[in-house]
Amino acid sequence: MNPLKNLRSGELGAWPVIIGLFVIWAVFQLLNDRFLTAQNLSNLALQVAALGTISIGIVLVLLLGEIDLSVGSVAGLGAATLAVLTIRHGWGDIAAIIAVLVLGALIGVLQGTIFAKLGVPAFVVTLAGSIGWLGLQLFLLRPEGTINLPYDGTIAKITHTNLSPAAGWIIAILAIVIYAAAVFFNRSRRLAAGLPAISLTQALIRVVGLAILIGAAVAVLNSWQGVPLALIILVGITALVDFVLKRTRYGRSIFAVGGNAEAARRAGINITAIRISVFALASLLAAFGGIMLASRGYSAGQSTGANDTTLIAIAAAVIGGVSLFGGRGSTYGALLGTVVLGSITSGMFLLQLDSSIRLMITAAVLLAAVILDALSRRGRKAHGRA
Amino acid sequence: MNQPVLALSGISKRFGAVQALSDVALDVYRGEVVALVGDNGAGKSTLIKVIAGVGPADTGEIRWEGKPVNIAKPADATHLGIATVYQDLALADNLDVVGNLYLGQERTQAGLLDEIRMEKQATELLTSLSVRIPSVRIPVAGLSGGQRQSVAIARSLLGDPKVVLLDEPTAALGVAQTAEVLDLIDTLKKRGLAVILISHNLADVKAVADRVEVLRLGKNAGSFRAGEASQEEIVQAITGALDNAVSRRKARHTEADGGDASEPA
Ligand SMILES: Nc1ncnc2c1ncn2[C@@H]1O[C@H](COP(=O)(O)OP(=O)(O)OP(=O)(O)O)[C@@H](O)[C@H]1O
Ligand SMILES: [Mg+2]
Repeated sequence: MNPLKNLRSGELGAWPVIIGLFVIWAVFQLLNDRFLTAQNLSNLALQVAALGTISIGIVLVLLLGEIDLSVGSVAGLGAATLAVLTIRHGWGDIAAIIAVLVLGALIGVLQGTIFAKLGVPAFVVTLAGSIGWLGLQLFLLRPEGTINLPYDGTIAKITHTNLSPAAGWIIAILAIVIYAAAVFFNRSRRLAAGLPAISLTQALIRVVGLAILIGAAVAVLNSWQGVPLALIILVGITALVDFVLKRTRYGRSIFAVGGNAEAARRAGINITAIRISVFALASLLAAFGGIMLASRGYSAGQSTGANDTTLIAIAAAVIGGVSLFGGRGSTYGALLGTVVLGSITSGMFLLQLDSSIRLMITAAVLLAAVILDALSRRGRKAHGRA
Repeated sequence: MNQPVLALSGISKRFGAVQALSDVALDVYRGEVVALVGDNGAGKSTLIKVIAGVGPADTGEIRWEGKPVNIAKPADATHLGIATVYQDLALADNLDVVGNLYLGQERTQAGLLDEIRMEKQATELLTSLSVRIPSVRIPVAGLSGGQRQSVAIARSLLGDPKVVLLDEPTAALGVAQTAEVLDLIDTLKKRGLAVILISHNLADVKAVADRVEVLRLGKNAGSFRAGEASQEEIVQAITGALDNAVSRRKARHTEADGGDASEPA
């Protein structure tokens, strides 16, 4: 519970990112008092939706101890495919969205198979993917280079819908009730089984803490235009993937393969299937991120998903405490990391600094995060938890 | 001790030009610890792999509780009730003790991990084996070598085996940790399990084994009651000579102690 003691023993958890986020918010608020307004925070929530979704996929791959450099290009290709199908071929929005998700999953299966079956390093397979899928994206968008999407379609609505204040509160209360039920149910089952459990006070602190956090977020967002649907989707994906990772045999297998693939194999886990499925999920989430990018910009262009998208998504996961060496990290960490990077982008925008400064600051934050991680890993080693 | 739970006879295995095992026999009874000793390359690991189904023999017969059986793959061995703990323990350092114990055989409820049941059973299992671990919820990377070895052995017991194969369980351990693991082997024996233990450490072997089976150059080279045989006799069987490096070294030292055998330079 004591962060300082945790730092020395190497169990930092989410504290550094949370503290870092507060520092970043405080600094930007001092420099520009519009930073912490409801409007700007709503915007921030929308900005992080696509990147956050892509970053959750990166978490899965990093947990395996692998890397996926193709997510940006897969997002871009997904956006382009979506636009081509709906605008040029007259597909319905929903059908096109499903097709793009399937395409994403298939790309992941292809890359994952080349990696897991043929033993080509994931780094190289996905590097080739990042180039090739970008090529395909540019090819599809010929000759215009950009395809615009209608302002009132289903696709646009994904990132341009806000819940009514009442709906926002209902979802918030539901989330808190589910969390509280899980905490107390788990506590009483552990006590009944004679296992050590958290105290009643600790349980209450957790529930009340989450309630305050969610309550504050909803109150702020409601005071502008309501909770953005895209934010609900992002938080929903984060929670769902976390649940699968922590509570299912499949998730446990991912951690095991990332921790010691040979041990997992001897335990009877089909590590090839696990690897392929994880790459499929990462590409699927990347394609969905691409759909959100297209939705937010009402278009799919040559630069959708390009530039630094992949690297920022990886950086977000790493800032959020996901280890590059496999087996350590959580989706909530990546969510926090995405919010940190989104905050930097948003603050820079308010201060009218251009992206050169943003990139340098992002680099500094990333470095700070990995240095802290390296230090805490040393702490773990010293305490015998390599 | 009427009938051996596991009986091997006429086991031979060849790797290209190397005859790793020739006509080897081995019987193991319930509640008995059999130490398999031999020099490097004597064929111990090869024999363990035959039993574990990892590398089946070319020829030979395996009987399980009297009946001839075929162990062609690891699953066959597991099915019979043979558990193997390899030297490289194969634990996932990032998972906690419970996660490692149940890896690949997690208990579920409604499709979700039943952490509470696993934690309860894991705690009970480790307690019954007198394994002391600070918490079953810490990653195994944080455990000592002896504790890790104990976790690996406990893990092998989940499937309720009758025979446990241990390949050099004390090789990398200090004195106190070795004692922990030897205690655990004693516990397994008291539970009526048959234990086959590979070790290069004759002191450990004498401390815990009932019987010592010696392999030399892939052949049976001696069988001793651990309580009756001296370390010298076992060494002699392992090296195959009365006049071996170990006895020469020992002789030199006794002479040196005598004070009159120092050679002029
Ligand atoms: N897969 C293999 N291919 C070729 N030769 C092998 C193979 N496995 C073992 N051998 C050979 O078989 C012989 C017996 O080896 P084995 O590993 O069983 O010895 P060991 O008694 O376990 O030795 P150590 O004490 O060094 O572990 C050796 O000559 C070894 O080189
Ligand atoms: Mg060996």
